[in-house]
Amino acid sequence: MDVLEQGRGELLAWQDPDEHRRWIAQNKSRSLIDKQMNLKQAVAKFVQDGNFIACGGFGHVRISMATIYEIVRQNKRKLTMAGKTAVHDIDVLVAAGCVNKVEAAYCFGHELRGLSPASRRAVEEGKVKVLAEISNAGFQWRFKAAAMGLPFIPTRVMLGTDTLKYSSAKVVKDPFSGKPLCLLPACYPDIVIMHVHRCDKYGNSQIDGIMVEDFELARAARRLIITTEEIIDEEKIRDEPWKTVVPFYLVDAVVKVPYGSHPGNMPYLYYSDEEHMAEWLKLSKTPEGVKQYLEKYVYGVDSFEEYLELIGGAKKLNYLKQLEQLKVPLEAPWAKR
Amino acid sequence: MEKKPEYTTIELMACAASRTLEDKKSVLVGTGLPIIAAVLAQKTHAPNLLIVFEAGGLGPQVPMLPISVGDSRTFYKAIMASSMDYVMSAAQQGYLDYGFLGAAQIDKYGNINTTVIGSHDKPKVRLPGSGGANDAGSLCWRTIILMQQDTRRFVEKIDFLTTPGYLDGPGAREKAGLPADTGPYRVISQLGILGFDEETKRMKLLSVHPRVTVETVKANTGFDLLIPSEVTITKLPTEKELKILRTDIDPAGMVLGRR
Repeated sequence: MDVLEQGRGELLAWQDPDEHRRWIAQNKSRSLIDKQMNLKQAVAKFVQDGNFIACGGFGHVRISMATIYEIVRQNKRKLTMAGKTAVHDIDVLVAAGCVNKVEAAYCFGHELRGLSPASRRAVEEGKVKVLAEISNAGFQWRFKAAAMGLPFIPTRVMLGTDTLKYSSAKVVKDPFSGKPLCLLPACYPDIVIMHVHRCDKYGNSQIDGIMVEDFELARAARRLIITTEEIIDEEKIRDEPWKTVVPFYLVDAVVKVPYGSHPGNMPYLYYSDEEHMAEWLKLSKTPEGVKQYLEKYVYGVDSFEEYLELIGGAKKLNYLKQLEQLKVPLEAPWAKR
Repeated sequence: MEKKPEYTTIELMACAASRTLEDKKSVLVGTGLPIIAAVLAQKTHAPNLLIVFEAGGLGPQVPMLPISVGDSRTFYKAIMASSMDYVMSAAQQGYLDYGFLGAAQIDKYGNINTTVIGSHDKPKVRLPGSGGANDAGSLCWRTIILMQQDTRRFVEKIDFLTTPGYLDGPGAREKAGLPADTGPYRVISQLGILGFDEETKRMKLLSVHPRVTVETVKANTGFDLLIPSEVTITKLPTEKELKILRTDIDPAGMVLGRR
């Protein structure tokens, strides 16, 4: 296949498929082992400075915020993050100085809430570098190629654009149709953090609602930390095996963290906490505000339970449950009405 | 005579955009105003509009405005809670009729920028990037773009070509390898509704909103806009549409509250 065009973006988290197979053979156990641990242990063991990190969920939906706070507390540095629709997850990690490089499909924004002040400031001041651009489908398919154990996957996105010019993709002539095709390199993140509805102690996990990219992302990950709302018995997994989306052998750590996606949405359980988001968006307008926020909600607490008390405790959590079930009206203090 | 309803330009844009969507078609919806317009269409003239969200929500009956194109509202009473791979593959196969996007800059061929203002490596303003926009603009049959119109946004040369319109003219999409017979269809701004000339693929004015002149539209366009001999006037929002927008879709004013 002739290469017709080549993006100038940096090729990140790519592996030769045979090297990756050897790594799997040596590093991923196929035996049922109890992988439960606490967040301190999981982050200390599996998140290394300089890692390429990707978060499951959708930026502010089913995100492992509890793990993100722990990464900030342990002061992990020089992480490169997959901006695969990264929203609140990346904003906090950038603001805290943990992430300084990004491959960007969607980042620096908070969707309806507007742009993210902290991460925009970082990228505009040059503290965070965008090493490559890509599209959302593009990132998704980079993970899919990895999940298939392939070096790349052919697609029809990004063609003819600057998104491709600044990506790590290549354009070739398809040997079948003769038309130009965009080849996306596989992406094997060093570490993936993912929040699920329930799993057993081995890591067999169930997710309710949309999968976003997590089916592929879990398989693309070299190391995978699962945080979960609930731990269930292996027997329950075996009663309904079609519900398993992440099998145990992909998983390196299991940590039970109820409400672990807060202030993000957890489908069917709790909606996003817009009061808290508004506080973050307001404070993160200045570096002093970021410091104040992190002091209060991250460095100043010892456990996620303590954090949950701080954000409003049982009353707030009950409101977020009601909101998820459309039983109470949504208040969005950041809206400018 | 019927009393004319009071409305904001953003409400007018939502209504105009909503009416471009047909019943029994599918639409891949981007974040912000496009969601409002698609939900309005589903709640009015297009009850069987198949709304699709990139994160996996397929055919929901959206109860109210989602904050994210991946939050739980995007698969409320849906046909399927699928995945991004599933949705984007469906788009690549040709199942998605419309892609519905916002943008920061656009040129005469409908190419759009949502990545940076200024240079890529030293941006004046860093925007979120493609998100699913490049995918929608590459793979859906027709792209509809909703955005503010002025000479900073409707420009001769966009700072970064995030999402393909007709690239540099007729035949360019196919030459680049993009799916055949696809491309931008409508651009809806606070001033009017624009389309694309079949021959030249250049942007042309279709209708102006009430109280807007053709001259105003031209003055707010940074490139040579095609003006056909007949330009219609966009229909006003109805009381019913405005009520649905304000009380059902966005009572918190998350998008409609912005002036």
